[in-house]
Amino acid sequence: MNRRALVIATVAIAAALFAAAAVYYPRSTDGIPPDKSTLIRAHSPVIGPSGAPVTIVEFLDPSCEACRAFHPLVKKIMDDFPNETRLVIRYAPLHEGSDEAVRILEAARLQDKFLPVLEKLFQEQPQWAIHGAPDLEKAWRFAGEAGLDLAKAREAAKSPAIAALLAQDISDMKAIDLKGTPTFFVNGKPLPSFGPQQLYDLVAAEAVAQGAKALSQ
Amino acid sequence: MIASFPNAGSWRLLFLAFAVALASSLTVLFVGEVMGQVPCNLCWFQRAFMFPLAIVLAVAAFRSDAAVWMYALPLAAGGWLVAGFHTLLYAGIVPQAIEPCGPGPSCSSVGMTLGGLPLPALSLSSFTAIIACLLLARGRSAS
Repeated sequence: MNRRALVIATVAIAAALFAAAAVYYPRSTDGIPPDKSTLIRAHSPVIGPSGAPVTIVEFLDPSCEACRAFHPLVKKIMDDFPNETRLVIRYAPLHEGSDEAVRILEAARLQDKFLPVLEKLFQEQPQWAIHGAPDLEKAWRFAGEAGLDLAKAREAAKSPAIAALLAQDISDMKAIDLKGTPTFFVNGKPLPSFGPQQLYDLVAAEAVAQGAKALSQ
Repeated sequence: MIASFPNAGSWRLLFLAFAVALASSLTVLFVGEVMGQVPCNLCWFQRAFMFPLAIVLAVAAFRSDAAVWMYALPLAAGGWLVAGFHTLLYAGIVPQAIEPCGPGPSCSSVGMTLGGLPLPALSLSSFTAIIACLLLARGRSAS
C-alpha cells in the first residue's frame, strides 16, 4: 500500500465531502422577518418624510465603528430617494458607555439637534468611544460644540422617559436576536447579506415595488 | 534522514491521528462557516491547536516521519487542556462569571451541539484520540 497516495486521497476525499456538504446544506432563508411592532416604536427618532413608502430601520450604537462608517452611505441613500424613504433609528447600546451616548442623542432630540449631534458624535467617535475606556465627558463636550444646550440636556438626559425608551429598544434588540450593529431592515425585510450595496439595492427595489403598487391602486 | 516507521502498525496510528484531526477541522469549519454558528472564545483557542495538527500530521503521514510526535504532541496537549476546561465549563462544573450581553456567543450556550452531542466534549475526545494515537505510535516504533 502506498502511504503517500493514501494521505493525498484522504485529503482530496475530505475536501470533496466538505464542498458537497456545504453546497447541499439546507440554509434557512435568512430568518423570518421580525414582527413589525418590534422594529418600529412610536418613540423612535424618524428622519425623512413620515409618510414615505420605504422605511429603513437602523439599529445603531453611537460607539460602533461600523455604524460610523455606514452613516454617510445611509445619508446618500436618503439623498437619492428623498421622497421615498424615511429612516427610523433604533438604539442597540452594545458597548460600554453607549447607553449614556444614547441619552445624549435623546436629549439632543428634545432640542431639535438630533442629527447634528449624531453626526458630531460619529465624527469624533475615535476621541471619546475608546472601547473599554469610553470618555463620555468628551462626548458631552462634542455635543455642546454641535450646538446642544448642555445644562438643559444633562437634566433632560436623566428623565424616566429616556430610560424607558432605552429599556424598550434593548428589549426589542434582544427580541429580534440582534447579532451586531448596524442592522438594517427595509420595510421589515433584513438585508440578504451585510454591506452598503446590499442596503442600497434593497431600498431601490422597495422604492420601485412600492411605486408600482401605488400606481396600480 | 527521516526516522521512518519500522512497522506499518505505527504508521496506521499516525494516519488515524491525522484522519481525526482532519475530520475535526473540517467539522468545525462546517459548523462555523456553513451552519453559521459563531465560534466562542474558547472554541477559537481549540481551533488554533486543531488546524495546525491536521496539517502537521498530514505532512508527517506523507513523509512517514516518526519524529512528528515531538511536534504534534504539544499541540494536541494544548488543545486538550482548553477542550477539557471548556467541557467542564459547559457541563457547569466550572462556574462562568456573568458577562454583559453583547456580540459573540457564550462559551456555555445550550445550542452548542452537533447531532445532540456537545461540541466541547467532541473536541475533547478528538484531542484525546490524537494524543492516544501519537503515544501508541511512538511506543510501537520505539520498541
